[in-house]
Amino acid sequence: MSARTLFDKVWTAHEVVPETADAPAVLYIDLHLIHEVTSPQAFSVLKSLGLPVRRPDRTLATMDHSTPTRSEQVFGNVPIKVDAAARQVRQLERNAAEFGVELFGMRDARRGIVHVISPELGCTQPGMTIVCGDSHTSTHGAFGALAFGIGSTEVGHVFATQCLLQAKPKTFAVNVEGKLRPGVAAKDLILSIIGRIGVSGGTGHVFEYRGSTIRGLSMDERMTICNMSIEAGARAGMIAPDETTFEYLKNKPRAPKGAAWDAAVARWRTLVSDPGAAFDASIDIDASTLEPMITFGTNPGMVVPITATIPQASGGATAVYDKALGYMGFHGGDAMLGKRVDVVFIGSCTNGRLEDLQAAARILKGRKVAAGVKLLIVPGSQQIKRDAETLGLAQIFQDAGAEWRESGCSMCLGMNGDTVAAGQYSISTSNRNFEGRQGVGARTLLVSPLTAAASAVQGKVADPRELL
Amino acid sequence: MEPLKRVHSKTVVIASSNIDTDQIIPARFLTTTTKDGLGKQLFADWRYLADGSLNPEFVLNRADAQGCQILVAGRNFGCGSSREHAPWALLDYGIRAVISTEIADIFKSNALKNGLLPITVDDATAQWLLDHPGAEVDIDLSTARLTLPTGVATAFPIDAFARHCLMNGTDEFGYLRSKLDLIERYEAARSW
Repeated sequence: MSARTLFDKVWTAHEVVPETADAPAVLYIDLHLIHEVTSPQAFSVLKSLGLPVRRPDRTLATMDHSTPTRSEQVFGNVPIKVDAAARQVRQLERNAAEFGVELFGMRDARRGIVHVISPELGCTQPGMTIVCGDSHTSTHGAFGALAFGIGSTEVGHVFATQCLLQAKPKTFAVNVEGKLRPGVAAKDLILSIIGRIGVSGGTGHVFEYRGSTIRGLSMDERMTICNMSIEAGARAGMIAPDETTFEYLKNKPRAPKGAAWDAAVARWRTLVSDPGAAFDASIDIDASTLEPMITFGTNPGMVVPITATIPQASGGATAVYDKALGYMGFHGGDAMLGKRVDVVFIGSCTNGRLEDLQAAARILKGRKVAAGVKLLIVPGSQQIKRDAETLGLAQIFQDAGAEWRESGCSMCLGMNGDTVAAGQYSISTSNRNFEGRQGVGARTLLVSPLTAAASAVQGKVADPRELL
Repeated sequence: MEPLKRVHSKTVVIASSNIDTDQIIPARFLTTTTKDGLGKQLFADWRYLADGSLNPEFVLNRADAQGCQILVAGRNFGCGSSREHAPWALLDYGIRAVISTEIADIFKSNALKNGLLPITVDDATAQWLLDHPGAEVDIDLSTARLTLPTGVATAFPIDAFARHCLMNGTDEFGYLRSKLDLIERYEAARSW
């Protein structure tokens, strides 16, 4: 048999019916994650047709997008600020009960951002196909799973058949070599990669992140990388599982146990691209020269090293470029260091994990958030919240003057009312700096947790290396 | 779904590249639990001023854009979030086809499932369309050809199966359900 890529191995193992010239493949889905925003319309279709969720045992529900982050709203009797959000949460509770789907609901100790809790529970495993009505489902590729976002119609397809019709994507090798320098995080690496490939460079492809740099990353870091694959347009991003993966998963609540664990690991070890396997595209990245990165525009590809200045418009797309800079209130040639900061957000499915909070705490320990700056820290899950409190991180954050909240998507997209005001600058560890993403008129600069924390302390865009 | 064989309409042009689904419909409108009535929130932050009135500068609000069913946009339309609310909003507003040089994967998939045509064209055709807002364009699904008012026709790529579904007014759901016996056999045969 010819040399095969990791993607090809996982894809082929899930073909119920292979792709033909006339029809896409019928692809089996091992794990279907659902949340309150993109599932109600799919449940409605099931109801109208009188169909059940075919495999509730392969379906897991939580609520994260429109849920409040204030403790008194999650655990007390203070109502959710946004009425429609409250209705959506109740709708998911009803749907999960009616269709027999396991739900980690509002007050469940296992609740959190869907892409954070599935790995931490051990539900996300190598070689799986995983989908969710959310584009950041690519996160789970960090475990060597084929994981991608789908629309609500497809959520209905998976509910009813546990399968999707899919055209086979192309493969794209992202080869990363060299050691990341101190103060340069996984977030900086993926922002650099998006800057190189462009926001549509991955369209129609599945990335495989490869090379010694990737092998040296922790699972939290790998999840940050795979999470933002979609920001380069890729359908998914994958990293071959290795000892780091197995070590992470071992003893997780829903990981295989005993003999089943040994059998699973033996199978997972085969999930690597064979030597000489061909990719449809590739790029080589030298990680050793990277700096902390920061976005300056209205998509994640508009990114520069933090010590750089904003590039001048060039080429044919000047009007679009100028519009983006106009929205941001920036000009070509401006230095990024020292730019105004109003709000700092540390959290999201990109950077809301324990290591992200530990990184922020390294900077914030014994320091104060600058006057006039609001620092919001939202853990990715209730488990991470408890861990951060046990480890003393929460105390460091509160002593620094940060707001420490319950878990959820929160200010990444502002659906729950955690928003940035018009015209304000938000230094954010989230994944999208689109116009209005964090609130109408809000201006978002994407950075790592280290850079976010450093900027909160200095009250302006700051280089974290000066505070480490 | 109604069978869809042809879209013939004047175009409306939004030349920006990388129009993401947060622009097509901002996240704060996703708290709905249905797919109805989202057209009024289409491009909300561009279409309305802070006081809720229509922004006269925005192209969709101009008199000559009314009734246009074809949206011509810059490269990489529909990037970002997987929200199917984006094609729902476009369709509810009255858009039946989107033309760009590149359309993001998830948006394209969502559009096809709802009878919104995602049409990708070459740079020259796209540039002509961007330069000629209001041009009367014919999109014929049966021949997979787009014809400009100049008479120049160009083929566009479209997934064969999706085209079959659109032209016959069927959806993928029925096809998938017809494979349930194979799905059960797959599940039974898997040893892991």
